[in-house]
Amino acid sequence: MFDQILQFVLTGVTVGATYALVALGFSIIYNASDVVNFAQGEFVMMGAMSAIAMSAGDGIPVFLSLPLAVLVTIGVGILLQRFAIAPARGASVVTTIIITIGASIFLRGVALLLWGKSIFAMPHFSGEQPIHIGKATLLPQNLWVMGGAAFLVLGVHWFFNHTTLGKAILACSCNRTAAQLVGINVGMMMLIAYGLSAFLGAMAGILVTPITFTSYDAGVMLGLKGFSAAILGGFGNPMGAVAGGILLGLIESLAAGLISSGYKDAIGFIILLLVLFFRPSGLFGKATSERV
Amino acid sequence: MNVRKILTTLTASLLLTLAAGQAPAAEPIKIGSFLAVTGGASFLGDPELKTLQMYIEEINAKGGVIGRQIELVHYDDGGSPKKSVNFAKRLIQKDKVDVIVGGSTSGSTLAVMPLVDRAKTPFISLAGSVKIISPVQYWTFKMPHTDAMAAAKIYGDMKQRGITKVALISGSGGFDKSGRTQSLQLARQYGIEIVSDESYGAKDTDMTAQLTKIRDTDAQAILNFGFGTGPAIVTKNVRQLGIDLPLYQSHGVASKKFIELAGDAAEGVRLPASALLVADMLPDSDPQKPVLLAYKNKFEAKYGPVSTFGGHAYDGLHIALEAIERAGSTDKAKVRDEIEKTRGFIGTGGIYNMSPRDHLGLSLKAFKMLEIKNGNWTIVK
Amino acid sequence: MRRLAGLCLLATIVVVLPILFPDNYYVTVVGVTALLHAILAVSLNLLMGYAGQISLGHAAFFGIGAYTSAILTTRYGWDPWAAIMAGLALTGLVSFLVSRPILRLKGHYLAMATLGLGIIINIILVQGDQLTGGPDGLGGIPTLSLFGWALDTDLRWYWMMGATLLGVVWLALNIIDSRSGRALRALHGSEVAAEMMGINTTAAKTGVFVLAALIASLAGGLFCHQQSFISPDSFNFFFSIELVTMVVLGGMASTYGAVFGALILTLLPELLVVFEDFEVMIFGAILMLMMIFLPQGLFVGLQNLVLRWLNRRRSAAFGAVGE
Repeated sequence: MFDQILQFVLTGVTVGATYALVALGFSIIYNASDVVNFAQGEFVMMGAMSAIAMSAGDGIPVFLSLPLAVLVTIGVGILLQRFAIAPARGASVVTTIIITIGASIFLRGVALLLWGKSIFAMPHFSGEQPIHIGKATLLPQNLWVMGGAAFLVLGVHWFFNHTTLGKAILACSCNRTAAQLVGINVGMMMLIAYGLSAFLGAMAGILVTPITFTSYDAGVMLGLKGFSAAILGGFGNPMGAVAGGILLGLIESLAAGLISSGYKDAIGFIILLLVLFFRPSGLFGKATSERV
Repeated sequence: MNVRKILTTLTASLLLTLAAGQAPAAEPIKIGSFLAVTGGASFLGDPELKTLQMYIEEINAKGGVIGRQIELVHYDDGGSPKKSVNFAKRLIQKDKVDVIVGGSTSGSTLAVMPLVDRAKTPFISLAGSVKIISPVQYWTFKMPHTDAMAAAKIYGDMKQRGITKVALISGSGGFDKSGRTQSLQLARQYGIEIVSDESYGAKDTDMTAQLTKIRDTDAQAILNFGFGTGPAIVTKNVRQLGIDLPLYQSHGVASKKFIELAGDAAEGVRLPASALLVADMLPDSDPQKPVLLAYKNKFEAKYGPVSTFGGHAYDGLHIALEAIERAGSTDKAKVRDEIEKTRGFIGTGGIYNMSPRDHLGLSLKAFKMLEIKNGNWTIVK
Repeated sequence: MRRLAGLCLLATIVVVLPILFPDNYYVTVVGVTALLHAILAVSLNLLMGYAGQISLGHAAFFGIGAYTSAILTTRYGWDPWAAIMAGLALTGLVSFLVSRPILRLKGHYLAMATLGLGIIINIILVQGDQLTGGPDGLGGIPTLSLFGWALDTDLRWYWMMGATLLGVVWLALNIIDSRSGRALRALHGSEVAAEMMGINTTAAKTGVFVLAALIASLAGGLFCHQQSFISPDSFNFFFSIELVTMVVLGGMASTYGAVFGALILTLLPELLVVFEDFEVMIFGAILMLMMIFLPQGLFVGLQNLVLRWLNRRRSAAFGAVGE
């Protein structure tokens, strides 16, 4: 029994780490621009697919294709901000949601044209020899995912709390006009926020694809789960988003193992709803009061 | 069907008739199709469409059927039954097709069946569920082996190996769920006990939780019904957890892609599939061999690795065209009767012998039990 | 009065189209789907456009209506109309029970909760295959008949859906103009302010939530008998998102906008089909561009453009007189 639970936890944390990175991307963009970016999952797909495409066949070696794929995705994020979000500034929240949904469909369409409908695999970073912990097992790639996610999360935390640039982005999200008055280039800060968010998505894609495979429509479910995780943790709270991601992964894995695998996603959402009923701003969100 | 394609077909037919100095071309024969070319089931619809296009082009170049050219009218339903219903209506009412060959997924096929019945249009389905032909519906036929046949083939093989306790794991798509139901129903008949019944979501990325549970049962084998990424992840997770049980997959993964995705973990996996995948290993005496090799070589020369799914489209198209040829016209009732009279048609799925009581016409013999060895298919004796 | 004029115009269009083109695929087949989508969009617009409560799970109520009626008619031999009524009763109960806790939430949290609700119901439809038929769907659903008049052709279904849509639009317009409608609009402006004015916001929100769910359930009941086959795919979260897109695309807080949005989003994929693999990309691009350049929605945006143009002409005319 203990071995079983240990296995469920290990699985849950790996899956949760992916959700956490996607959720973190949601939070950053929301904080910077009040936009819920439903194309966040597509960043994950773009990162993985472009890396695979570049090193397919006689393509460039992996150590080059990975950074290039990340750069491509960052470019996509910046273009999204510049040409889809910035022109619609001042539009209502739902309008921007539809724009990002349009963007996610568009990106999926582009991926479909470029790379077709097949499922693609990516080699594991350091072999597939399982590591045994008691009767539970773990792949080296699981460690890469957990370690990579932890590293990125700490990096983002440091960026927003200890660098001038990070603080400038935060300033924009608190009060745009005030930020502009003290000489912050708000437009540039927005581009950086979207680029950062795309970077996290691409990294998540590259880290998990050896385990999960990828295809042009792989981003949809990840985006949905990432959004759920961000809400669970408290929308707009980056560390809450990370906690929400890990928690959601754990709930799903434990529910599949201990209750019912068919209903595990439903159980995840039921718990999410219950949390919201008792804490309407998520686990770690600040309670807000409406300004009249 | 895009505009360019229609234009090229039309121009080609015009040139042909001019060259032959014949009277003005007769109306083309219209084959309608709705397939899941995009979406989760695109691995079915994509090779199916390519096969239809490739062979219609070839047959037209040879002068068509009963002196008429063939025109393909195709729509992508993305695997959604709701879209299929509207597209089927569009094919019947707007495009006025003579026969429909399509329906990649069982959901799409089942949704369209009442409609073709009302419109009295022959319909050859390319989907798997046994519900399509049982009970038999007057206007609907079907090409692939049913999920019930797959389960029966697998249980037969298990019985030979002395396996009586099986853990079942399946996805939550239509194919997966239907396969699960058939497996549960047939188990008793083969003296097999299902000791575990787990499932996973369509886009799930890790099944170790379910498999850990299975590991702690007294199952002697694992049976996975599913398609897409699911079965590849299950296969990898089984090896990762060090579960040393025989693993059976369904015909849903019968393509090279599965071996490519699952890699070394796929070694020793068994699955039932049509002979197409092992065409070159068949004895020369096998009547199916020339048909299989011809299709395989033609498809692979143009598009890459062949899958059994495209083969269903090959079978469906040719059965429809042969029926039209025998009927000598595109009269729908006559064509339907001729499809039903198909006997000894050698296709990629097997040898078809249809009858008013059997709108599939394949026996269990059409299925081969395959095992993956050294990254390739082998036939289990 | 202006509102009634709009309703008359809509009624005229709905009636005239099939008379002009009785056998046209776009009228009788796509038209039925467009009318169905319009009913759903109008109901969602009551909730989103007027009460300002976003819902990403509207397809769930559509699904409850459809499945209740389908299960009762096929498995228990109920009369279709009684089955639709049962679907309405069940939807009313479910929506009332969840409305209290869900409507306490705001903004993105409300979006998430409704999204979650929609997904949970869809999972039940997929997993409860003993009753629902699972992902393979449920077939053999009998068609409806109205006063001995069987709805067995596309054209007859067109009339049925058309009449339902006109009824629903009429209902929506009346509610918006009523006392409770004003309360709703006040809610959209500012909930706190509305409360200060003595409006019972909880009751108003619950009322409109249940009403929107009931209309969706009715649409579901009609849909299952029209299709004679249903599967969970038709009620998944993508469809919920599609409905929200219709409302926003047409223009929030405009009943005709919702109808217009439904029409556009039903026709667009039919027209884009010829682009094959490019379809997905083009659809996404069109969606983005429309929202970027007409953020208030197509209907409202176009209306404003026309009004501005008329104003300019009028002021130009006045200018000429002044000189």
